[in-house]
Amino acid sequence: MKRARVAYAGAIHEATPHAGGLQLADGRVLAEDSVVWLPPFDVGTVIALGLNYADHAKELAFGRQEEPLVFLKGPGALIGHRGQTRRPAGVRFMHYECELAVVVGAAGRRITKADAMRHVAGYTVANDYAIRDYLENWYRPNLRVKNRDGCTVLGPWLVDAVDLGAKIELDLRTTVNGTLTQEGNTRDLVHDIPTLIEYLSGFMTLSTGDVILTGTPEGVVNVNPGDEVVTEIEGIGRLVNTIVDDAVFGR
Amino acid sequence: MTVPLPSFSFAPYRLTGTVYGVLLNHAGALAALGETVNARPYLAPPTAPVLYVKPRNTLSAPHQPIEVPEDAPHLLIGANLGAVIGRTACRVAAEQALSYVAGYVIVNDLSVPHASYFRPSIRFIARDGTCSIGPSVVDPEHIADPDALRVRVYVDGRLMQTTDTSQRLRPLERLIADVTEFMTLAPGDILMLGASAGAPTACAGQRVSVAIDGLGQLENPLVVERETVDAGLS
Repeated sequence: MKRARVAYAGAIHEATPHAGGLQLADGRVLAEDSVVWLPPFDVGTVIALGLNYADHAKELAFGRQEEPLVFLKGPGALIGHRGQTRRPAGVRFMHYECELAVVVGAAGRRITKADAMRHVAGYTVANDYAIRDYLENWYRPNLRVKNRDGCTVLGPWLVDAVDLGAKIELDLRTTVNGTLTQEGNTRDLVHDIPTLIEYLSGFMTLSTGDVILTGTPEGVVNVNPGDEVVTEIEGIGRLVNTIVDDAVFGR
Repeated sequence: MTVPLPSFSFAPYRLTGTVYGVLLNHAGALAALGETVNARPYLAPPTAPVLYVKPRNTLSAPHQPIEVPEDAPHLLIGANLGAVIGRTACRVAAEQALSYVAGYVIVNDLSVPHASYFRPSIRFIARDGTCSIGPSVVDPEHIADPDALRVRVYVDGRLMQTTDTSQRLRPLERLIADVTEFMTLAPGDILMLGASAGAPTACAGQRVSVAIDGLGQLENPLVVERETVDAGLS
């Protein structure tokens, strides 16, 4: 089952896909562009992976890692499908990152790899922007690069884990203004989902609604105001975001 | 695993559980690194605040036992002034920043000591229970100057560190301004000011306590990590 959370006509609703766009739980059928899309679940801790595809690590000139490169994000970074993300004036390299987002269902600590997939509630698409101009070599990747308002896009749908089965081998692709710029498949994750859940839950309790952004493959390119960035994962969804400039935010 | 966070009788009345920390904000802490700040892998001193997230699994209440991992085996006691945000803080000017603070609270930000600040594993920072908050959120009217508060750390009742909240590279109002330039803070979020150089350590079996002028004292026992596995599913 696929579910979204949308704002419409004065309330927040759960919605499901419909031939006419989407359908609210109360029966109303609406066009995709007539609602405000929110992240599709109540998001807890946002856990993100750096360099978790071998080709992307090579692209950024990193060698083999000893343990998963994990960083955390705050709630202010999150926006939903069809949202706007600001590119500050004067930056040279701002890029999207198409990522499979794994949403935790049952809470747990010290979860074994063998049990890990039973703790997955579902999946959604993430587009986790970075602005590399702000990269500093202190607690990388620093929050100014990776925890900016509106720079982590989630949605449109939360897809139940049972719908995808145990083997998660899904194509990812990003287009910018319709041009294909990034392609990969989740089978190429350096640390796969069970490994990440075992690793993380070894020192931090994972709770319902925590989400693991599993990293991005190669093919990140600079984006500019006006660009429409579509990050898409086979069987999960097609997540649209538009880059805007400072003026939209009154800067 | 929900930790009772302090609530308080003035707006915004409750904490969100979102807590941000800042590393190397104390002049002495940065100075202690000496010339290494210009060497590999850092290549230059930090220009933006060196921020990190304490996720919700790290939250602890006063007196709650905090587990010390066997492989640590000490925890660093990061005695912090926590500023509780009172209203949505986005692109706040330094001159107005303190008007966005609803109150102050002690935060004991415990971490596994780590020598490299380049890209440390979050297993050092995000272990369960390693962010204790309390005992209460205090109205700013009782705190004359958040950048001049005496801070003391005790281990088993013995005074291990005497410091204060001054000598910050970014005093609180500047820190709020620089952080909210790119990330909005919500009512009930906590922004820590950053610990002073010379933070002591403690191990399992010891009691740690942080006292800050006007904010009381925050105590937690440190205990050996429990061996439970995967309690979520049968």
